[in-house]
Amino acid sequence: FQNFASRLSCIIVCFPAPLASRCYSHGKVETDEEFDSRWVTYFSKPDIDAWELRKGMNTLIGYDLVPEPKILDSALKACRRLDDLASAIRILEAVKEKAGPHKDIYPYLIQELQPTLTELGISTPEELGIDR
Amino acid sequence: MLRLPSVRLGGLVVRRASAALSSPVRMASHGNVSLSHSEVSQTVDMSQPMYWDRVDTPLPDRRYKDILTDSEKSLKQKEKGPWAQLSKEEKIALYRMSFLQTFPEMKQRSDEWKTVMGGIFIFLGFTGLLVWWQRIHVYPQRPHTFDPEWQEKQLQRMLDMRISPVEGISSKWDYEKGQWK
Repeated sequence: FQNFASRLSCIIVCFPAPLASRCYSHGKVETDEEFDSRWVTYFSKPDIDAWELRKGMNTLIGYDLVPEPKILDSALKACRRLDDLASAIRILEAVKEKAGPHKDIYPYLIQELQPTLTELGISTPEELGIDR
Repeated sequence: MLRLPSVRLGGLVVRRASAALSSPVRMASHGNVSLSHSEVSQTVDMSQPMYWDRVDTPLPDRRYKDILTDSEKSLKQKEKGPWAQLSKEEKIALYRMSFLQTFPEMKQRSDEWKTVMGGIFIFLGFTGLLVWWQRIHVYPQRPHTFDPEWQEKQLQRMLDMRISPVEGISSKWDYEKGQWK
């Protein structure tokens, strides 16, 4: 069943099977790189629709981690394809929130995402003054 | 949310509600009023996608404003072009079209705890008054058997009767010396 599930997740890109969260002692544990690339692929779908963006983002925020810059990069580009600036800004707010008490994570993310932010013309919440 | 009748507390409620709602425009969508923190009067069609501000769900099922004015519609058209051409105010306007509260606004602390603690103390105080009145007007007189003289005689009688001689009170009394062990 495990093989079938992993093959299914490869075929149906739009729904990432949460292999990492299964509690099998014998099953394969997904590495961080696999997790990251799975999510990058999810958001990189060229004809991603608004529901998939929302579902992906809400699921990703539900995990106990702060997403890597490359995942967020992919998500922001998906927002661009969907002409949705508000969601892009919302994503930045959400990951700042995910960092919690670790105040140095968000500036690092912004630093890593700066090329994409300038390329797409996304302003950070701080630049817009809505971070208070 | 419970509405307390006191005017002072009502003022707190109004202040808290207006602090939470920074957006001055309350747009109707799908014929339903978007729920605010203080209005629970309208029914909401829960079979339609709903909007909510949640820290753990950053992108809710629908945009906050569904019905757009013409200027908002034209801004949405402009959004399809390069975003670098949008001014700061336009970007903020686009954000507010999709979302009611920003994350910091969502996470704003309120002063509700003061209302709650105040209410607790008021009711505790009222209960204390009731208990005090009860002590004055309901309780019978203190029995005379609680007087110290009576208690001494009672204890002496217990010792004379050898109450609990194995491990209890009489075992603690030294009968030869006439004192406690």
